Amino acid sequence: MQKITEVELKNVSKIFVNDGEEMYALRKVSGTVTKGSILTIIGPSGSGKSTILSLCNLLSTPDEGEIYVGEKEIREWNIQELRRYVGIAFQSAPMLAGTVEENLCLPLKLRGQSLEEPEKYLDFVGLSKDLLTREAKELSGGQRQRLSLARTLVNKPSVLLLDEVTSALDSISSQEIEELIMRINAERQTTIIWVTHDLNQAKRVGTQTWMVMEGSLVESGPTELFFSQPKDNRTKEFLHNLMRDSQ
Amino acid sequence: MNILALILSLSFVMIAYFLSAAFKLGLGRDLLITTIRATIQLMIVGYILKIVFGFDNPFAMILMLLLMITVATKNAAKQGRGLPYVFWKIFITITIVEIITQGFLLGLKIVPATPQYIIPISGMIIGNSMIIANLFLNRLKGEVEIRKEEILLVLSLGGSVKQAIYPILKRSIKSSLIPTIEGQKTIGLVQLPGMMTGQIIAGADPIQAVRFQLLIVFLIMSAATLTAIVLGFLIYPGLFNKEQQLDVHVFLKKGK
Repeated sequence: MQKITEVELKNVSKIFVNDGEEMYALRKVSGTVTKGSILTIIGPSGSGKSTILSLCNLLSTPDEGEIYVGEKEIREWNIQELRRYVGIAFQSAPMLAGTVEENLCLPLKLRGQSLEEPEKYLDFVGLSKDLLTREAKELSGGQRQRLSLARTLVNKPSVLLLDEVTSALDSISSQEIEELIMRINAERQTTIIWVTHDLNQAKRVGTQTWMVMEGSLVESGPTELFFSQPKDNRTKEFLHNLMRDSQ
Repeated sequence: MNILALILSLSFVMIAYFLSAAFKLGLGRDLLITTIRATIQLMIVGYILKIVFGFDNPFAMILMLLLMITVATKNAAKQGRGLPYVFWKIFITITIVEIITQGFLLGLKIVPATPQYIIPISGMIIGNSMIIANLFLNRLKGEVEIRKEEILLVLSLGGSVKQAIYPILKRSIKSSLIPTIEGQKTIGLVQLPGMMTGQIIAGADPIQAVRFQLLIVFLIMSAATLTAIVLGFLIYPGLFNKEQQLDVHVFLKKGK
């Protein structure tokens, strides 16, 4: 089957200015993500992993280089359409004040439409329809993350960006969310870019894996090969240290 | 009131000064500066008003009003440092509020179109708008800081900047108006408003003074609402950049 590129980064740099001093959050990052695949991005805290995600749907703008989504440079897209095409789920699963139903219907409400059968979305993410009238902010961490994913799915995104979505959850909830995301990928052919600090998770779910360190993409490759035969010494050291710590 | 009576009234400042010294409050210098500043400012205003009233020239009056709006704008703009064109946005807001309220008063002949009426009433409108602009920008800053995540969420779901900021804007407008509305609820019960007191002392019939005061109360409520809403809608696009991202680093920077 022919592989179609869904997201492509070409020499992308992002500079942050702190007290008048310029700092590279990302430096000349290039890479492609195939349609329907799962890219896992790993690396130390503050290495620029989340910055890559925010650039893909223009929640932040690259200072150098280009990012193509579905063959079109992100700045050529209508911004609202791009953000619906490339959905994002945050670690904190933020909720607006209001009920579960109001939060779930938000993406369509923003377009002046209403959501038919919201319970179907809850069912898909494994939440009971009885929760529709509950205050969204009262949900547990795992329930909130499910609702957050369901809400993002209402826009029917072709690309889903996941920013440490399981890191604040207990192991059972984390595993359930992971299974849910795998199901989204399998059933909807959604391309997924998943930032995670959990190496075992990155290994389990990824098709491709990127290692980002100090703003640079130091290594990338098919996930299995990436973990079994890392080439770059920095990757080897990072994987070795983390594996040792987790044992 | 003659000059001697005015000089004698300085005794009140002396009481405060000696009490501050006796209890080591350290307010002596501030009291002195405030007394001197208030005296000089009010004296200058008094003479300027005398000149403007004497000219009986609409341009002199408009110049005076523009000066008042500029000073008020300069004061309120400090609160919005970091927002693009904040000075002009506040200036436009206060000018719009002044034109609408005075236009209504003069158009319906509620007050005579003379500087003696227009300037003092404008002073109340402009001063009140300045306070509301200050309160609004302060509230907006706090709300954006606390609810940044919600703004980001709406933008990430494909919402427009207006949709992302609207609940925050609404809340900031509402909060900035609460002190004005609350203040009017107890008006007359605890203290008599300054203008009404002034008129009564000057020998006006209390009922007439109350009518004028009511006019001012209504005027201030509408001027306050207009200020917060007009300023809100002029300010919010400046919170975002052209890629529809929240761009408030300088606005939220503390201590600047």
